[in-house]
Amino acid sequence: MIFMTDKVAIVGLGYSGFSPSTDRVSYKEMMFEAAVKAYRDAGIDARKDVQSFICCTEDFWEGNSIADEYMPDQLGGALRPVCTVAADGLYGVITAFMQIRAGLVDIAVVESHSKLSDVVSKDDIARFAIDPLFGVRNLDPNPSFLAGLEMNRFLHETGNSRESCAEVASKNLKNATSNPRASYGSKKSPKEILSSDVLAYPLTKLEASKPADGCVVLVLASESRARSLAEQPVWITGVGWCSESPWIEGRDMSSAGYASTSCRMAYKMAGIKDPGKELDLAEIDDTFSYKELQHMEALDLCGRGESGRLVERGFTARDGVLPVNPSGGSLGLGYMAEATGLHRILEASLQLQGRARKMQVKDAKRALVQSWRGIPTASGAVVVLEGGP
Amino acid sequence: MVYSGIGISPQDVANSRYLTVPYSANLRYRWSTGAAVGRFLAELKNGKIVGRKCDKCKRVLVPPRMFCERDFIQTSKWVYVQDAGIVDTYSISYIAADASRLEKPLIVAVIRLDGTGEAGILHILGGIEPKDVMIGMRVKAVWKPKRRRVGAITDIRYFAPAGDAK
Amino acid sequence: MTRRVAIVGAGMTLFRRRLLETGKELCFEASRAALDSANLDASDIEAVVLGSAPDAFDGLHMKGEYLLDGAGASNKPYTRVYVGGGTGVFTPIAAWWHVASGLFDVCLAVCEEKMSPLYPHPQKAFWSIFDHTLERPLGVNLVWIFALEMRRYMHKYSISEEDIAQVAVKNKRNALDHPCAQLADRITVDDVMKSEPIVWPVKKLDISPPSDGAAAVILASEEVARKITKDPVWIDGVGWNLDSTYWTNRELAYPQYLENAARMAYRMAKVENPRKEIDVAEVYDPFDYKELHHLEGLQLAERGKAAKLTSSGATERNGEFPVNPSGGLLGVGNPIAAAGMMKICELFWQLRGEAGKRQVKRDARTGLAQAWGDLMQFSSVVVLRSR
Ligand SMILES: [Zn+2]
Repeated sequence: MIFMTDKVAIVGLGYSGFSPSTDRVSYKEMMFEAAVKAYRDAGIDARKDVQSFICCTEDFWEGNSIADEYMPDQLGGALRPVCTVAADGLYGVITAFMQIRAGLVDIAVVESHSKLSDVVSKDDIARFAIDPLFGVRNLDPNPSFLAGLEMNRFLHETGNSRESCAEVASKNLKNATSNPRASYGSKKSPKEILSSDVLAYPLTKLEASKPADGCVVLVLASESRARSLAEQPVWITGVGWCSESPWIEGRDMSSAGYASTSCRMAYKMAGIKDPGKELDLAEIDDTFSYKELQHMEALDLCGRGESGRLVERGFTARDGVLPVNPSGGSLGLGYMAEATGLHRILEASLQLQGRARKMQVKDAKRALVQSWRGIPTASGAVVVLEGGP
Repeated sequence: MVYSGIGISPQDVANSRYLTVPYSANLRYRWSTGAAVGRFLAELKNGKIVGRKCDKCKRVLVPPRMFCERDFIQTSKWVYVQDAGIVDTYSISYIAADASRLEKPLIVAVIRLDGTGEAGILHILGGIEPKDVMIGMRVKAVWKPKRRRVGAITDIRYFAPAGDAK
Repeated sequence: MTRRVAIVGAGMTLFRRRLLETGKELCFEASRAALDSANLDASDIEAVVLGSAPDAFDGLHMKGEYLLDGAGASNKPYTRVYVGGGTGVFTPIAAWWHVASGLFDVCLAVCEEKMSPLYPHPQKAFWSIFDHTLERPLGVNLVWIFALEMRRYMHKYSISEEDIAQVAVKNKRNALDHPCAQLADRITVDDVMKSEPIVWPVKKLDISPPSDGAAAVILASEEVARKITKDPVWIDGVGWNLDSTYWTNRELAYPQYLENAARMAYRMAKVENPRKEIDVAEVYDPFDYKELHHLEGLQLAERGKAAKLTSSGATERNGEFPVNPSGGLLGVGNPIAAAGMMKICELFWQLRGEAGKRQVKRDARTGLAQAWGDLMQFSSVVVLRSR
């Protein structure tokens, strides 16, 4: 593996939606709004300046087979190189990163959206991702049972407590109250969270993120273009991604191996040796409360079994030593399917540009962004972002 | 270089020579129509076809959208277009969506609507035999009776040769 | 700076209407065959890219996640890319930037399609590629749009059904020499004309069949490629392009998006006169008229003249400009993404002189593969060179 010197930066951010439902617009109209904002933010003309458009989506979230067909027009991508990556938005960012580093394009656009309010049978579709032949699909109509299994194993192996998981949910819901994009911000004590209905033991309802609609569009550029386009480019200094086994029964459920492998690749690229000290904030997957703890440990932000105590001590609060999900995360903003990774990039980028307003973390120079593809996968990606010249 | 694999014949399937696992997925959606298509459907209920005009390229877009994909700007206003036009291309379908044979073939066409520049819509032709259809012929919409319209593309029953349509 | 990237191994499975093997197993067999051909082991692969078309065929949401262990991707960076029918030629393009970016030295690109699980017929999945509000209520099936495009093409350039049928005759005959072929046959133009109409002007023998199958190639950076093989096949040009969703607003007789994709690839490969510089082409032929349509979009034939080129015999395997010497989708079969990748495999073998009975007569050093998809709006193009 060799690393080239060409740097890649995010030079434009745009978003729309960020609401539990967006009945008045179609997904295309929602995408158009986000795209226009992103291009204005970057100061580019989409029809003249962009050489590649990358959309991140899965057919069954859209309700269209070959959803790729329906993407170009509202992004300014008709008769241009457009492709779909069937994965979370971070994979799209990494795809653009590779296209730019390969010298193929100078400016690329990455898009992902969630229109989960259009999806009536969400649980059935999530369940439809489980292996069809071994009957696991039919064990429970609610696919969250897999999160319950994983959470129990994680707590058992690491010694973290249910109370710490509830503390994560409490923190993220509270962080979300100062985020204008958040749908589910609220003040809930860990006790209230633990006493909410059980979704899949030991996971309670308030520990699982709820769906939200929204679209995020990013403009990425090569170093030379970035310097002329943006006053505050956000540099992508490390990327990594990994899939573990698709066999649920065969995985080590206590750890998030995909996150460990991804972050090793990304940290090496970014020259990070002690992530817990060298990162200023982290926007990492918290689809379920325990996932934030599991991911903190997998991403080497702390030692194994230490995450719960750190959260309880306020280490990961917005004003803590290493703020984790100062935006409110998926628990506070809502779960946005494949757009989740891009919403985290958006939040982290605003922090690095000093544009996070009430959520601003002090002296934020380097951020970690991580995503997980959700039940039933063990796949995810990591991106390291840096502000500054 | 090449792996042979084991082909299964229709007889193998019929005789259950190999085990299979049946599954029917529950896939349900309720799509937001949005501003453009929402208005389009509402107007179909009134027996009208509406498009959106782009001020830059001057096209009237049907199906309507709030943006022009060529110029990447917002379209500016609603424009009613004729429910008549010419056949741009056509074909004759002998099969249904599940590949089963149709008893009576269906004539499928792209119709370029008058007054739009180049906008065409997909629909079916009626009131004409397959052998008589020609590219370039004029056709006009035949609507369902008003009380049976629901705000769907099928509120237009079909397009028929312009001379025959009311 | 772009690094040079080569294909160093290729493999594929049998193409059949229904195979016993699961999608995972098909991925495994194609990947294993590609690894064996390059004398590599799974541990040599640093990253994996998978291509597969609609999830609806397999009956799985996020089918890329399900297939990944079959593709040898466990515990590796793994991505599924997706551009409808264009996926098969787009997947090696995605693998190309994995290597060209400098992130990896060896990358596996696997394409799989298992169309048979969908019951009673895979056509049903294609229904859901249409606009849910404006098109599906009309009772659409996939063949409609191609029949509409074919009819428009025939009209615009005065091309007959018989002209078009020659392509099916040629490709099915070429496929007789392909060990994986599903519908190889010796047929005549008259057979095509007399086959039952599906959606006129498309008749049964104008169409490639639904299939199960997989195909894979291995890509490596220049330095590593030269260690693996003495005959690397270089990926010198890549291009892709997507036109507007609103296909009813376009002129269907000419594929502008394909011209754009081809020009992108030619510019990169420094191909100035494609008709002179391309020695052998594997163009996308899910329907016979598409081979003609695509040759024109690729600037390999003048507009409306590809049928004449075919009548002249130039595109026969032994002709001066062989097109689809593999037998194409019409002859070998059409497991969507795998069919596109099969074309990349074929060029790999042709450009190395390893195509056996299918080897083209002329000296072939530069090859082109192309695939096409979505609502008649996408194309991907790859230019390959040997020596
Ligand atoms: Zn315009």
